[in-house]
Amino acid sequence: MVSRRLFTQTAAGAAAGMILTACGPKRLYEAPKDQLRARIAEMERKYTEQYGKEIDVSAAGPMPGVHFAYALDISRCIGCRRCVYACVAENNQSRDPQIHWIRVFEMEKEKGVDFSHADPYYNPAEVPEEGHFYIPVGCQQCENPPCTKVCPTGATWAEKDGIVVIDYDWCIGCRYCMAACPYGARHFNWTQPSVPENEINPNTHYLGNRPRPKGVVEKCTFCIQRTRNGRYPACVEVCPVGARKFGNVLDAASEIRYIIEHKRVLVLKEELNTVPRFFYFYAT
Amino acid sequence: MPHETIDSLRLFSGFTRGSFKLILRGNRAYWMWLAFLAALIASGALAYSKQVRFGLGLTAMRDQVSWGFYIGNFTFLVGVAAAAVVLVIPAYIYNWKPIREIVIYGELLAISAITMCLMFVLVDIGRPDRFWHLIPPFGYLNFPRSVLAWDVMVLNLYFIVNFVVATHILYRAFHGKHYIKKLVVPLVLLSVPMAVGIHTVTAFLYNGLAARPYWNSSILAPQFLASAFCSGPAILLVVLQLLRRFTRFEIQDAAISKIAELMAYAMFLNLFLHGAEAFKEFYSNTQHLLFTRYWYFGIGSHHTLVPYAWSAVALNLIAFALFISPKTRGNIITLNIGCLATYAGVYIEKGMGLIIPGLTPDTLGEIYEYYPTATELRVAAGIFAAGFLLFTLMLKVAVPISLGEFMGKKEAGAMEHGEFAHAVQ
Repeated sequence: MVSRRLFTQTAAGAAAGMILTACGPKRLYEAPKDQLRARIAEMERKYTEQYGKEIDVSAAGPMPGVHFAYALDISRCIGCRRCVYACVAENNQSRDPQIHWIRVFEMEKEKGVDFSHADPYYNPAEVPEEGHFYIPVGCQQCENPPCTKVCPTGATWAEKDGIVVIDYDWCIGCRYCMAACPYGARHFNWTQPSVPENEINPNTHYLGNRPRPKGVVEKCTFCIQRTRNGRYPACVEVCPVGARKFGNVLDAASEIRYIIEHKRVLVLKEELNTVPRFFYFYAT
Repeated sequence: MPHETIDSLRLFSGFTRGSFKLILRGNRAYWMWLAFLAALIASGALAYSKQVRFGLGLTAMRDQVSWGFYIGNFTFLVGVAAAAVVLVIPAYIYNWKPIREIVIYGELLAISAITMCLMFVLVDIGRPDRFWHLIPPFGYLNFPRSVLAWDVMVLNLYFIVNFVVATHILYRAFHGKHYIKKLVVPLVLLSVPMAVGIHTVTAFLYNGLAARPYWNSSILAPQFLASAFCSGPAILLVVLQLLRRFTRFEIQDAAISKIAELMAYAMFLNLFLHGAEAFKEFYSNTQHLLFTRYWYFGIGSHHTLVPYAWSAVALNLIAFALFISPKTRGNIITLNIGCLATYAGVYIEKGMGLIIPGLTPDTLGEIYEYYPTATELRVAAGIFAAGFLLFTLMLKVAVPISLGEFMGKKEAGAMEHGEFAHAVQ
């Protein structure tokens, strides 16, 4: 009788132990430092082999005292879409099928900001077109993101510096976040994404522009691989008219703080209480 | 080993072998039905294996309309599963006897429907190889924040409750024993709020998304329930008539008529809620009207779904008219027309009619006209066939047991056939 109980207890203990080991942290969100380092080394090895050149995967975390915010000057934007393609190149978005994290909408000045009459497929010989203005839309990096709340596996979250990220290794591709996002900012890999070897950007981040697999969701990360390294996002650098502004909103001397405090700023779909960190403004 | 253990093992193996024998015994029509289902399953499996290799790009879903036919079918079938409650409520709470004997078939239907639901979710996700990410402790379930996590939990619990009740009652009847009241009654009583729960949670799945005004309306959950209480019994009524025709299974006309009457009330409520929604949308005439307009009238040159919208309205009205009058619901022909109309009407409005206009136009105003591809249709047909196969096989075993034709051993004082009805209490 005693031996039987002993056996049961030992077996239960062993089973619990196995489950606990099998159930260690698997999401990048909660991976301890040493495990994260090992997994990133594995990613670098895999991507380097896949693309035939050295791919660096950064694990840079949020910097203390930094909260990123973005502002876009509607009165300056000319709708050239250079930001769209700079983003594609920088962030290793699939070329075939095409994925664009930024979409630019052409609107009529007569109608104002009205997405139901906007055209994302405008294609004139020259921009800007007479009587039109342009609103580029990407992830608004909401302070109160509806997308992370709905994720059933906790594969997406807002980082301490305000960047909403996705764990491509944990996402199951249910696309609930896409239904929840009011800004169409999330994009799904409907088939195997492809980036030519000679076009791959080797400077990547594990929560950002590292190569993505088929069947998962991806989105803008404020160029996390650049901005956590003290650089501007690619779209800010490429904008020919200086319509895009970016910075640390906690820094009182920053340009972004100046814009938010002194210009007429607005956010998209304010009534949804998503509290975007992406502001639109009119400088002139 | 103790005597009882050997005894019950022997009984269980007898049950298993007997069940197999029953499943393998049938007339021509039975085998043709199975062959038909097998063909659909094979076609669906082929289409799905291609989808797994190539990706969900083989469907018509895109970033603009990121959910489609699969999730529509999932939603519809949650309603079917919930409908077992329509039969349980009067049977257990109001002690309405003629319905009591058929509750078990409602539960078997719920088991099949939930199985189909889970399959539809599985074929819709981009990484089916990672489904275990949802299952703690191996994975991580974002509970209680994600409504999808709630849905995963309640659907599985509902499945387990129905599975336990149905198999317990049948297995005990096979033994020639009455089921254990202390186990069954609380579970059955629990299944009533759970049935309401699975459909409410599924409605909240959409309802909670402020980004989609078409779904973000408080009328959604009540309307889900109303339409579910039409579609589930519609299937069951047809099945019960088939059973009556092809087996010695007996069911009183009074029970069928009662269920049809309940469906009429549910359909009235469904139509009323639709009307309330339409009034609010059209009279206030805000930008949010776009989605309702897309469904009923189309926008500009985009009107793929319009014929479906009006078919659903017409079918629902016909079903209501046929079920509200005692004369037409008493007539076997008009009753079955009503059942088919209900099934088709609710299938359209809860499937395509809920998902697609919810996502069209997309959040930034773009109109992408979704229409399922051959891959989606084949995979969906395969899943329905798998569900019907499961249901058929379960009925094949359950009906003889409940008729007392299939029993392990006769005990003194065991039930004679026909007593099953009284045992299921």
